[in-house]
Amino acid sequence: MLKGYAGKILHIDLSDGTHEVTETPREWAEKFLGSRGFGARILWEELEPDVQPFDAENVVVMAAGPLSGVMLPSAGKISFHTKSPATGGYADSNMGGHICAELKFAGYDAVVIRGRAEKPSYLVLDDDDIEVRAAGDLWGEKCIDGEVRLKEELGEEFQVALIGPAGENRVRYACIGHDFGRQAGRCGIGAVMGSKNLKAVAVRGTQSVPLADPDGVLQKGRQMYLDSFQLPGFKEWTPQGTAGVTDWVNEIGAFPTKNFWTTHFEDHKNINGQAILDRILVTHKGCFSCTIPCGKYSRACVGDTEFYVEGPEYETIAMMGGNLMLDSIEKVAYANWLADDLGIDTISGGAVLSFAFECFEKGLLDEEQVGRKLEWGSVDDVAFLLQSIAERDGIGDILAEGVRRAAEKIGGGADYYAIETKGLEWSGYESRWAPGQLISYATADVGAHHNRAWTITYDVAVGRDTLDGKAEKAIELQHVRPLFDALGICRLPWVEIDLPLEHYPEIFQMVTGLSYSWEELIEASERIWNLTRAFNMKHIPGFGREHDHVPERFFAEEIPTGPAEGNMVPQENFEELLDRYYELRGWDKHGHPTPEKLRELGLDFVVGELDLE
Amino acid sequence: MRLAVNQDNCSGCRTCELVCALENFRENNPKMSRLRIHGEFPAPGKYRVSHCTQCGTCQEVCPVDAIEETGGGYYRVLEDECIGCMACVEECPEGVVFTHDAIDVPFMCNGCGSCVEICPRNAIYDADDPGRTRYKEFEEVD
Repeated sequence: MLKGYAGKILHIDLSDGTHEVTETPREWAEKFLGSRGFGARILWEELEPDVQPFDAENVVVMAAGPLSGVMLPSAGKISFHTKSPATGGYADSNMGGHICAELKFAGYDAVVIRGRAEKPSYLVLDDDDIEVRAAGDLWGEKCIDGEVRLKEELGEEFQVALIGPAGENRVRYACIGHDFGRQAGRCGIGAVMGSKNLKAVAVRGTQSVPLADPDGVLQKGRQMYLDSFQLPGFKEWTPQGTAGVTDWVNEIGAFPTKNFWTTHFEDHKNINGQAILDRILVTHKGCFSCTIPCGKYSRACVGDTEFYVEGPEYETIAMMGGNLMLDSIEKVAYANWLADDLGIDTISGGAVLSFAFECFEKGLLDEEQVGRKLEWGSVDDVAFLLQSIAERDGIGDILAEGVRRAAEKIGGGADYYAIETKGLEWSGYESRWAPGQLISYATADVGAHHNRAWTITYDVAVGRDTLDGKAEKAIELQHVRPLFDALGICRLPWVEIDLPLEHYPEIFQMVTGLSYSWEELIEASERIWNLTRAFNMKHIPGFGREHDHVPERFFAEEIPTGPAEGNMVPQENFEELLDRYYELRGWDKHGHPTPEKLRELGLDFVVGELDLE
Repeated sequence: MRLAVNQDNCSGCRTCELVCALENFRENNPKMSRLRIHGEFPAPGKYRVSHCTQCGTCQEVCPVDAIEETGGGYYRVLEDECIGCMACVEECPEGVVFTHDAIDVPFMCNGCGSCVEICPRNAIYDADDPGRTRYKEFEEVD
């Protein structure tokens, strides 16, 4: 087997508490790299179309990559994979912290979790010792206390990933928490863990990551650090992390405000990165081997409550700040803390809450249904809704379903206020006047998420109205950004401080022994992109162009206020861009990869199974 | 080279642990490092760096004189002399004499300074040469 990989995949069957270890297939490493690539490959292999997300037959795959745990900047990103309770399709959710590296040190590239435990349980991986233990009254704990308890019980060396009450109660956007402030936030993978009665996974490993060229990795890795320190972004970007973009996004008018009603929040300077530094920051908190700790661990007070939270980062500032009209950094941090502790994704959570506030405002929900009056900007209302959702209590039971299903239940045109694509709520870039970002959100495999392609800067750089180059840019980013997910490392050193991409194929060879050019790495990423597309075709009935859709609001209303007032992307422009996107990808007009495209990428097995001939 | 720490600056990244093991054992394995990072969460939400202070306790307590001082005031376990009693491990006031299944004898900091060179936060520095950071303007980390 190649170096870099731990060489083993751990299989857990929660239904009978047994486990098995298999060898990581070399072919998978060569064609799919790891992490997201392994997750996609395993999900394709494991799941029949009739398996529903909360069935015991669904699987959760945790997977590290070949570069995870290695001495290079930010080598600690793990991905979780499952069939999503939000979209019914492919889900991956990426998480920093330290558990990714620890999984490699324990000797595993991936953990495949099948079945359902009879009683609430948690998994302990201690090098070769694998145990499924009874969770007892750990079940019911929120994420902070739960992690404290597990680290006290097992030892501080153990890395813990866990769900909160939201995951236990199968909230469709429940997240997985780790390291007191990191999450695998999106797609409701926490809810699938909850459906399996799996409270937590705890990992400790004492082994080395095998390296093809240890001298080379020491020298090259060291160089990547030293080079990073010289980059202007290293000093300029790091202090505020992603929160540093808050003002710019408001100035260009792309900041989700009041349930994506408008794109500029007047109080943005009260919830930006500088506000964090001035008022609440305790520690710049970093993930494994990271040069640019983007975690802003903070302490704040709201009312009588003092709390600690890692954040808020940009997405939470957007989705729980402007989007909920919370006008102080303390209030946004409070909402962040509540959501993290309950185990609710702050992105989807923010979008569901803003949906609820707007439905109430528009008379689609009343005081009796909700249990109180809802007022924009009320942090108490936010707290009430988050708690109700986590417990599936009253209105919370409806909202726990996500905006698409909640809108169906509420009726009366509520779907207009459900800002989602494929069933996943939008994240923090209001793209009504950003065609490149619009197409990125519409075509992302997991649903509306910007992680796949952050195209907004390109939109602004070359002109908001033009369509030229936008499809090309979206595709390029959809290959480069998820490549990091497949390698098991963080893309922010490249994205945020411009660490040159050339470093990566070089260190990849020194670690694994595999000599891949940048183009070959990108090809692997394109292969994974087409595989997850194929998964959606297999699992979502009638999957095609209409699933790459944009919320009605974005084509119906011009931006009403702020720097981008009066603008939007006409629907026909979006359709034209989507045509171009499919064409460039080698997909047909339904948005289906052609057999030729799939064969070109070595996905022959997909062609047969999807019956595409 | 005298290892010293700005505890407040530590981000918990553990690159120091990684470079230590790679430099000294050519192993990519933080459990083979000679210093450790501890997190104190959820409160106060800081990191603490445990590192060798060159106090010499390890050498004092070794019953068989198996620990020698290297040039520069650091210490090293002599493989052929060590009897595995673990007194050095237990008595080290900082808890930074380590063992690992794959390594024959306990190991401690040798003052190589790789951690100083690579720390992205200026959290570990050389008290004998504080200017020896990667870039002098970045002494203050907020």
